[in-house]
Amino acid sequence: MAYSDKIRSAYQEQLQGLKDQGIFKIERYIHSVQDAEIEVEFPPGAPLKKVINICANNYLGLSSHPEVVKAAHAGLDDRGYGMSSVRFICGTQDIHKELERKITEFLGTEDTILFPSCMDANAGVFEAILSEQDVMICDRLVHASLIDGIRLCKAAQDSFKHSDMAHLEEKLILHADKRNKLVITDGVYSMDGDTAKLDEMVALCEEYDAMLLVDESHASGFIGKRGRGTHEKCGVMGKIDIITTTFGKALGGASGGCVSGRKELVELCRQKARPYLFSNTIAPSVVAGVIRVLDILSSTTERRDKLEKNANWWRKSLTEAGFVLQPGDTPIVPVMLFNAKLSQDFAKDLFSEGVYAIGFFHPVVPQGKARIRTQISAAHEMHHLEKALDAFVKVGKKYDILGKSKKDITAMYGA
Amino acid sequence: MSKRFHGHIRKQLEEIHQAGTYKTERILGSPQSAEIRLSDGNKVINFCANNYLGLANHPEVIKAAKAAMDDWGFGMASVRFICGTQSIHKQLEDKVSKFLGTEDTILYSSCFDANGGVFEPLLGEDSAIISDALNHASIIDGVRLCKAQRHRYAHTDMNDLEAKLKETATAKYRLIVTDGVFSMDGDIAPLPAICDLAEKYDALVMVDDSHDTGYIGRTGRGTVEHCSVEGRVDIITTTFGKALGGSSGGCISGSKEIIELLRQRSRPYIFSNTIAPPIVGAVIKILDMLNESTNFRNHVITNANYFRRGMQEVGFDIIPSATAIVPVMIYDEPLAVKMADQLLKEGIYVIGFTFPVVPIGKARIRVQLSAAHSLYHLDRAIEAFVQVGKSLKILS
Amino acid sequence: MRDKIREVVLDYVIKEYMEDQDEEITYDTALISGGFIDSFSMVSLKVFLETKYQIKLPDDKATPEAFDTVENITDLVIEFLDKK
Repeated sequence: MAYSDKIRSAYQEQLQGLKDQGIFKIERYIHSVQDAEIEVEFPPGAPLKKVINICANNYLGLSSHPEVVKAAHAGLDDRGYGMSSVRFICGTQDIHKELERKITEFLGTEDTILFPSCMDANAGVFEAILSEQDVMICDRLVHASLIDGIRLCKAAQDSFKHSDMAHLEEKLILHADKRNKLVITDGVYSMDGDTAKLDEMVALCEEYDAMLLVDESHASGFIGKRGRGTHEKCGVMGKIDIITTTFGKALGGASGGCVSGRKELVELCRQKARPYLFSNTIAPSVVAGVIRVLDILSSTTERRDKLEKNANWWRKSLTEAGFVLQPGDTPIVPVMLFNAKLSQDFAKDLFSEGVYAIGFFHPVVPQGKARIRTQISAAHEMHHLEKALDAFVKVGKKYDILGKSKKDITAMYGA
Repeated sequence: MSKRFHGHIRKQLEEIHQAGTYKTERILGSPQSAEIRLSDGNKVINFCANNYLGLANHPEVIKAAKAAMDDWGFGMASVRFICGTQSIHKQLEDKVSKFLGTEDTILYSSCFDANGGVFEPLLGEDSAIISDALNHASIIDGVRLCKAQRHRYAHTDMNDLEAKLKETATAKYRLIVTDGVFSMDGDIAPLPAICDLAEKYDALVMVDDSHDTGYIGRTGRGTVEHCSVEGRVDIITTTFGKALGGSSGGCISGSKEIIELLRQRSRPYIFSNTIAPPIVGAVIKILDMLNESTNFRNHVITNANYFRRGMQEVGFDIIPSATAIVPVMIYDEPLAVKMADQLLKEGIYVIGFTFPVVPIGKARIRVQLSAAHSLYHLDRAIEAFVQVGKSLKILS
Repeated sequence: MRDKIREVVLDYVIKEYMEDQDEEITYDTALISGGFIDSFSMVSLKVFLETKYQIKLPDDKATPEAFDTVENITDLVIEFLDKK
């Protein structure tokens, strides 16, 4: 132990620095299940407050769904609590294989490998399938976990402007000499709620002999007519070489993720992906819950249809009320406020009005593009959405931003 | 998909097959326990799980997981900082801190992620990490994601560690990193000597206690307790995926400021869901059980000692240790694999480890004991080892 | 030569990164620490410089600090052109 006073105060200084910059994060303690309404203790020690939750990734409202909970109970009875082993030793049960088959079928791919999380899937996939002679070309706004995976891989790296297909083409031409090219994108972008142009990307990849990886974490279960994801919506099912996705958002929200795609690539991940080789896979109860989720979604599109209806109503109502929204057609609806402080004040006032949403600002989103990100769920009923809308309008009036353009708002509050 | 790439991948897979390192999974049709059912319907006694305390299928643990799910739901569908922290997550963090005797604790979805996220926020390029050569892969990955200078010392070699400490004298901060128990040999890190050196050279100490939390030490607190170095280790990382129920999740435990900074900056914590509610409820129950009684850890230690002695008496070459990991040395690679195969036919499930997982010429069968094993299981295993050992001419 | 390289780099930075930013940038604008480019996207600039000037910039030289302003980047390019 050489955790001297010197070291302690050095770390204390760093923490104080974060507080001074206003980027010190504080957790909200939730005293209920995840749902349309939750009971929150915030700040720590404050009395509990019941609020409408519009900041969870609980898109399909399955996080505390009785059927999912029931299936997980049965999983505990039939297959126990934990595996206490990695997959290759004695940590694979028949239900793990069953889940892998069901995902393959759901996503329309060739094979699937489970990971403890999609963060781990993204951390492991690149190093397993690419080496020095290859190149990874990624959209500039892809999720942090993809960037970590890219950093762990020895292949060359490059990036293209967000959703800019001409720029992607330039990069594909620039790297024509590389052995293999892998283009990397999110299906739905979590901060803007826009969707990748997968049809155009597939065409470019075919033309320039490249592969395509799509992270569908914010899409699996609800994007596309049957909720299979962005590739369904863009009409390119069966043409994506690698899909990574999570069970920690729409698909129950507990934990776990996967890499799904070409048979050989999945097989190579099983041999070489480090988070797969060196960590337990998903616990039996969670596996049983996710299997049930996939069964529900395969038998009816009711939940994703309701989500779509909710999200459309929400987007339309906010627009009519005079807010500036980031364009898109997903359940992620960013209300643009541009100024960082305004986004924080606005979120605080919403919370007082009983609506829980988060204000995001630089460095999570670009400088001058601060916003309240709202996320709609199939768990929301009209009365939740109406109450949330009332709160937005009330707070919007307070700050006098309704009907105002970006220019007006930045003139009043700064960028 | 590109045709060229397709060919390239095929070739790699063939190479893996040819090298004999192609991994195939054995599929269990039952819960994890002392006896498991394989997909062919055969029942075998399991000696290769990290189920040291036998809690992976314990009825009290299952009951607690169910109760937590009923009260707290199936998932959080959010990262910690948005709306993914329940009061039970804080409760578990407090319990782990008390159990390990630290100031504070931060949960991760696995210890793999904990080790992946611990280094980068704490140490910059002006600092140095000095790591035991046999540390777990997840520590290696975490170090790779960090900008600090990297140094390795020969496995448990204190002279080499001291040499590396001298070499890195100019680094702003230095962190010595070691596994508490090493998974392949079952040996325990020499923590008293490591802590002495750390104090002499003003370095921090981090221990990964994944293979020992819950059963090593008089009350199962881990290698820190076993080595009597309480208060001298700065950072402990450990898992709930082995002895502590075996489901998933891990944590980093240590000083208040370190944990607070990790909460602000550690990428796997910021960008991934934390442990799901049913698992949190179960781990809380497990810590309560271990606080109430040392029966579980006493049982696995008794089992390990019984098995180790029994195997030595019949003439096997065993690496001595004080843990529940008993490596039976076979040395010859193909022979170790063959032995494991034949033991499975006798109803004993063990794994033969060969190069590159262990050094060349040091192939072995690794036997892992559990509190779930009864004397009957242990006697059956020794019997089978003798029988197969004789038929393969390992025993005279 | 220096002015020419500076111009090429600035031109590339504007085209590659600044399209949807309202800010004007100069040779001294802090690109990375100022939040205009993240250190990850910086990689494409490295690829560009290596291709354009036929040099190899080792990773320990291509730090966020060395890439923070157009001036710094120009210094780095000249250093490696001299080594050729």
